[in-house]
Amino acid sequence: MEDCLAKKMEITVSEAEKRTGRNAMNIQETYTAYLIETRAVESQSEGQCAPVDSLWRRYSEFELLRNYLSVTYPHIVVPPLPEKRADFVWHKLSADNMDPDFVERRRIGLENFLLRVASHPVLCQDKIFYSFLTQEGGWKEMVNETGFQLKADSRLKALNATFRVKNPDKRFTELKHYSDELQSVISHLLRVRARVADRLYGVYKVHGNYGRVFSEWSAIEKEMGDGLQSAGHHMDVYAASIDDILEEEEHYADQLKEYLFYAEALRAVCRKHELMQYDLEMAAQDLTSKKQQCEELATGTVRTFSLKGMTSKLFGQETPEQREAKIKVLEEQIQEGEEQLKSKNLEGRDFVKSAWADIERFKEQKNHDLKEALISYAVMQISMCKKGIQVWTNAKECFSKM
Amino acid sequence: AASAPKTLPSSGPKSLREMPHPLATSSSEEMGPALTPSPDLLLPRSIADKDLSLPNGTPVDTSSPASSSSLLNRLQLDDDLDVETRDLFVTVDDPKKHVCTMETYITYRVTTKTTRAEFDLPEYSVRRRYQDFDWLRNKLEESQPTHLIPPLPEKFVVKGVVDRFSEEFVETRRKALDKFLKRITDHPVLSFNEHFNVFLTAKDLNAYKKQGMALLSKMGESVKYVTGGYKLRSRPLEFAAIGDYLDTFSLKLGTIDRIAQRIIKEQLEYLVELREYGPVYSTWGGLEVELSEPLEGVSACIGNCCTALEELSEDMTEDFLPVLREYILYAESMKNVLKKRDQVQAEYEAKLEAVALKKEDRPKVPTDVEKCQDRVECFNADLKADMERWQNNKRQDFRQLLMGMADKNIQYYEKVCIT
Repeated sequence: MEDCLAKKMEITVSEAEKRTGRNAMNIQETYTAYLIETRAVESQSEGQCAPVDSLWRRYSEFELLRNYLSVTYPHIVVPPLPEKRADFVWHKLSADNMDPDFVERRRIGLENFLLRVASHPVLCQDKIFYSFLTQEGGWKEMVNETGFQLKADSRLKALNATFRVKNPDKRFTELKHYSDELQSVISHLLRVRARVADRLYGVYKVHGNYGRVFSEWSAIEKEMGDGLQSAGHHMDVYAASIDDILEEEEHYADQLKEYLFYAEALRAVCRKHELMQYDLEMAAQDLTSKKQQCEELATGTVRTFSLKGMTSKLFGQETPEQREAKIKVLEEQIQEGEEQLKSKNLEGRDFVKSAWADIERFKEQKNHDLKEALISYAVMQISMCKKGIQVWTNAKECFSKM
Repeated sequence: AASAPKTLPSSGPKSLREMPHPLATSSSEEMGPALTPSPDLLLPRSIADKDLSLPNGTPVDTSSPASSSSLLNRLQLDDDLDVETRDLFVTVDDPKKHVCTMETYITYRVTTKTTRAEFDLPEYSVRRRYQDFDWLRNKLEESQPTHLIPPLPEKFVVKGVVDRFSEEFVETRRKALDKFLKRITDHPVLSFNEHFNVFLTAKDLNAYKKQGMALLSKMGESVKYVTGGYKLRSRPLEFAAIGDYLDTFSLKLGTIDRIAQRIIKEQLEYLVELREYGPVYSTWGGLEVELSEPLEGVSACIGNCCTALEELSEDMTEDFLPVLREYILYAESMKNVLKKRDQVQAEYEAKLEAVALKKEDRPKVPTDVEKCQDRVECFNADLKADMERWQNNKRQDFRQLLMGMADKNIQYYEKVCIT
């Protein structure tokens, strides 16, 4: 991790701004731009702060970066971006992309994404990533020049295609299965959590009505008046407290969402492996059949049925010269095929090795992060309860003075 | 002073004429040693023991509104009844279901322990059903029209879905019936009522009921609720204020009742979602290796929260709401008493007019009515003070309850989340 960019450079997404501009089709549109600030980390002894570099990027550029990384490093579980549109909302939360709360949470998510990439031992060294952070103009062109777009299209197609692998790697199969389950369970969790938040909001807010009624009631009471009035005030406080509580919970939800999307990235790696495996099997199969063909031609025996063979039998054999030529071609192809197979095998093994290393890294990161997330969630709940105790204790005191 | 209550003139069958007016200045000399000075008559028994700022023997003039409220102030003393001075204890418990050919109903055991001379035995234990309580209340209203009779729990179950024989319903009712009797017991006048005595002691209440139907208490006759005909000239400000207060009071309590019900409803819906939420963590835990423990932990916590929340809602429903409703009923009763008072005053005014017109010297009738009005005023004041104190503590009690429940909820969270 010593080479990791994150250690050398401070990266923040510090601001978000609404912009209007003309897009590729010359149509006016509104979008949000995010300010990325970077600063080289000086060694402590110098005690001087390096100047801050900054540039503006919009969400679509982040998307471009991520696509590039996913295609260029298929064996890496690439960190996900925060959601494009607001999902898993409960009634108070806005689904509007322009909503300031949403923008704010997205800003944090984008910063998180950059930090994740910067702390990844492999990804942080990528030049395109570095330019994304530092080079304002011409970055898009640079990315497109890498020609990754072609790979991206074929990759997308392949990821969605269905095919059967004869000898799947058990580990990857299990992992893919795990990532599917993880996606399903986290999205279920997020949905229910949103409903829970909604209901809890209702409970707190209705208590606010107590505040009003107590106030009205206290007006007609003599001895009980003051007590009621102050208790009512506490009820108002209680009702208002839910807003902050639920806002904090959104951070927890965002942490879970990150791993929901991470699961997708994990799945992509498994799929890639499957693809390679399939490719390998196809190549091997192809090679075997070619070898067989060759053998048949050489020995004259027909082991496998082929229309050509039949027709040649029926309509006359080829000349020895023709056969020789065919054999030559096949032998060349077999040679090529064997080399290709060798390299594919090598590729495969390399892929498995590096993918598995990254997967292990990812697993550790996931366990660590989620544990922390759960702990902070528990802490949040405890603090919520403590607040509740506080309010009710205050109210109780008011009542006792009645 | 402790012995004085026994010789208090009960507002029972004696006619108003025979009974010396408790507040008439002349009567203080007539009362003699058998009766304590007038102030005591207005106070709940326990206060009779305490030192009052009123010098002994000086009657309190409460016929004017000003002094009523000052009396009100003087009555803001400790309401904890000194146990030693209490000589009557009543409890309602042990509900039992009875299945007969005609109907099924519940009876409750009413236990009495007493040292009062009015009771033949020191202890009684009888079985009564709701009908009997209802009968008692009607009888008390009839025979003590100027007094505020405590409310009974509702006769009919409005919701329709509630099971009359469910444990919760029976227990809620039992508690309310127990409270009802205890309030009567603590009342310096009502507790000496003849019907109350019979209710507590008679083996066969039905026989007594039939007998009682034929008799009309003379007291009730002379201060009968006169319907219509008399228009009130001017209601004393104090009572108008009480009337307004009660209106607003009932309104506010009604609102609180609705709010509380809404909260319970929302809490239950929240509970439904929580119940789905917890197990998802468990499912996730099943997927993971390292994380399975913390995930299971969260799932368990949520389960505990559900339980605690359930308890909270139950307690609110069982303890908080019934008390609210009881006070609303109380307010209704009070308003009725106020109406009666108005009627009595109206009658008095009309008779006064008649006297003026006739130029006859008939001091007794108006005096009667005036006496009655005074009684109402006094007792109203007394009861209002009583109510305030009750309210005070009741509120404190059940708020503490609500809070205690919230606390429990919260402590559950704490305890389990920390693990």
